[in-house]
Amino acid sequence: MGLFRILTEKPWLHSPQTPEGLTFEESQISGSPQKTALLFFMGVVFAVFGLFITAYFIRMELDDWRPMPESTLLWINTLVLFLASVVLQLTYNALNSDRANFVKLGLLAGALLTAAFVAGQYTVWQQMNGQGYLINSNPANAFFYVLTGIHALHLLGGLWVWTRAGIRVWTGTNPEKERLAVELCALYWHFLLLVWLVVFALLSYT
Amino acid sequence: MTTYIPIADRDEELHDHPHSFITKWVFSQDHKVIAIQYGCTSIFVGLIALVLSGLMRLQLGYPDSFAFIDPADYYQFVTMHGMIMVVYLLTALFLGGFGNYLIPLQLGARDMVFPFLNMLSYWFFFISVLILLASFLVSGGPTGAGWTLYPPQAILRGTPGHDMGITLMLASLAVFIVAFTMGGLNYVTTVLQARTHGMTLMRMPLSIWGIFVATILGLFAFPALFVSAVMMVFDKIVGTSFFMPAILSLGEAVDHKGGSPILFQHLFWFFGHPEVYIVALPAFGLVSDVISTHARKNIFGYRMMVWAIVAIGALSFIVWAHHMYVSGMNPYFGFFFAFTTLVIAVPTAIKVYNWVLTLWQGNIRLTVPMLFAMGFIFTFVHGGLTGIFLGNVTIDLPLSDTYFVIAHFHMVMGVSPVLVLFASLYHWFPKMSGKMFNQTMAKVHFWGTFLGTYAIYLPMHYLGFLGVPRRYYSYGTTDFIPDSAQTLNANITNAAIFVGIIQMLFIINMVWSVFKGKKADPNPWEATTLEWQTPENPPGHGNWGSKLPVVYRWAYEYSVPGVKADFVPQTIPPEEVEMEEGAGPYIYRGEEEHA
Ligand code: HEM
Ligand SMILES: [Cu+2]
Repeated sequence: MGLFRILTEKPWLHSPQTPEGLTFEESQISGSPQKTALLFFMGVVFAVFGLFITAYFIRMELDDWRPMPESTLLWINTLVLFLASVVLQLTYNALNSDRANFVKLGLLAGALLTAAFVAGQYTVWQQMNGQGYLINSNPANAFFYVLTGIHALHLLGGLWVWTRAGIRVWTGTNPEKERLAVELCALYWHFLLLVWLVVFALLSYT
Repeated sequence: MTTYIPIADRDEELHDHPHSFITKWVFSQDHKVIAIQYGCTSIFVGLIALVLSGLMRLQLGYPDSFAFIDPADYYQFVTMHGMIMVVYLLTALFLGGFGNYLIPLQLGARDMVFPFLNMLSYWFFFISVLILLASFLVSGGPTGAGWTLYPPQAILRGTPGHDMGITLMLASLAVFIVAFTMGGLNYVTTVLQARTHGMTLMRMPLSIWGIFVATILGLFAFPALFVSAVMMVFDKIVGTSFFMPAILSLGEAVDHKGGSPILFQHLFWFFGHPEVYIVALPAFGLVSDVISTHARKNIFGYRMMVWAIVAIGALSFIVWAHHMYVSGMNPYFGFFFAFTTLVIAVPTAIKVYNWVLTLWQGNIRLTVPMLFAMGFIFTFVHGGLTGIFLGNVTIDLPLSDTYFVIAHFHMVMGVSPVLVLFASLYHWFPKMSGKMFNQTMAKVHFWGTFLGTYAIYLPMHYLGFLGVPRRYYSYGTTDFIPDSAQTLNANITNAAIFVGIIQMLFIINMVWSVFKGKKADPNPWEATTLEWQTPENPPGHGNWGSKLPVVYRWAYEYSVPGVKADFVPQTIPPEEVEMEEGAGPYIYRGEEEHA
């Protein structure tokens, strides 16, 4: 289903059944609508972070920029978020291989690890604040708090996806939808892990 | 191959029918009701913006005669007028209103794919409007920073509404963006995945193409506004210096230092320019369908129209800095943006040619929607031509921030989209309400609006050449503004008041017709698209009764040689098309040349 083929179809010439024309199925985007919507949403989130990061680079060039010190806790948090992502992926795999007892456990573990990550980020904030790196004392600090904060908010927003998956798993009436919900949950977590890695790299190396 | 079951007809998607008043009209998940809610809310705030423009014009036309308008008020009126018109009226009405109404109906779906999210989208929009209006009530009033909200002045103490006003404005925008994102995800997903059988992408009416591409633009452009709003709120409330430089405000140094106001400008216009097309692309789409239907001719160059929409959408992300020629940018940078700006004029011009060529030798019916659509072609060409002036750096420099700019953007993104809105509202009103509106009143409304807006904006070009600056409460005495400019301003104001009042004809006509109008024919314009072929008029919950429509052709089968009627709806199977006596069997347009 090439985009080019779709956009060059001559709608006034062919019935969709004729061999030269596209059949209807070819022009329909397959897959679940939930997944399509999530992909677009991830695109939106990507734009939000992309723009913050662009602003970061531009603001960094001005001479009042003083980088923040590094925090070891951030490495630990990164590991925790990484584990959350892995656990959710394993949960999805378990669902496919019918190891059903792991599924509920996996979902819960994923949520707990995520909560631990957010709590960890909060602790970093406290540390930085305690050492006098206030949000308004330098633009580098301001970006640090805003980027980590917005990222954490997106994780908390993931609760929506997570809850949907939870409901599906606990009621367990529709295996196909259950699989999809868990898949999307894992996908969103991978995405936010990726965003975090980029943000983290940015914060540590500039 | 498994047979394809459209999403709307899969078991789990069958919708409950709402029964109580609350679920039917207030917390409704039906796209048609949500569309009407979006429509009424946005028209309501639009009227507020219209009143504000009238007040501004009173001050400009008759300076110092209206004691209740002081300079601070004037800035607040300018700001709220601009922001409401662009975001809360046009964006919300085109996408929230027409997007919601037409996407499922023109594509043969029973509803949006996520009806609940759709309902949430409307209520978030509603909250954003409440927050916006609340700023009129707080102490200090709404922000007077101009709709562009440029820092540093947006949050400095000299600006009206620098305290609660600007905060509420930014909060309202953030909520609006959340609402838009929820709606937008629905629109794109529905277009991509919930079309009925036979509705390939290239058989979609241009309305849907315009709305679809505009939604994608919105999804990726609004984040820029969101990001700048977040950073500005931090500058304002916690005292960061993202945008705020060190500066003296009313004689005192501010707490900020080192921030970059230019950074804000880049972010704002990275949103702001695509925003123009978020408004324009749906207008392009809707007007194409109106023109084709009422000229009884297939749209000229359908594929080119689609490509142009897509091309304009893509290009609109790389022209933003043409709003910043006077910000002291590198000349090479300016050259680049002037170049892209002129490039985007090419697909835009193609669209204009195609509309005109569609009219050419058409069997034009001068109905009310058609009058508005033709009015649009005039105002759009007009505004587009002055845009080519302003796109060039050297011409823009002296004209920037004068009334020439006001005239340009009101023509191209004020009057033109509004004319399309009226064309579309009149065109689809019989479907939305099941009633017919009063033709005479609507024609008076058209001529008053069309001629009246020309009387407002045409003279403004001249004021701009004189150098009369925009966003001024009064001009005092200058060497370059002659006294006669004041006479002109008074007449512009008279025209503006006239245009404002004549809009009441529209409101009265709509409200009166909903209750007292004649029952409308289900397909009064003899149009081909799906929404006119619904079993009930207005369409019931689920739109299509028991069976989804099947689509056999594109949306522009008008005046086909040999066919008895001058239009063939998309849903009629080829063998059922009635032919004139002696004509052969019905064939697809162009199949002959092909063979
Ligand atoms: C009868 C209709 C209208 C009248 C009489 C009118 C009048 C005005 C006036 C007097 C100003 C302020 C000029 C100044 O002092 O700088 C203004 C600004 C503006 N108008 Fe309108 N307008 C109308 C419709 C619209 C529409 C439909 C739009 C939608 C795009 C719109 C968008 C704007 C914007 C964006 C500004 C700039 C605000 C700013 O400078 O921050 N207007 N209009
Ligand atoms: Cu622009």
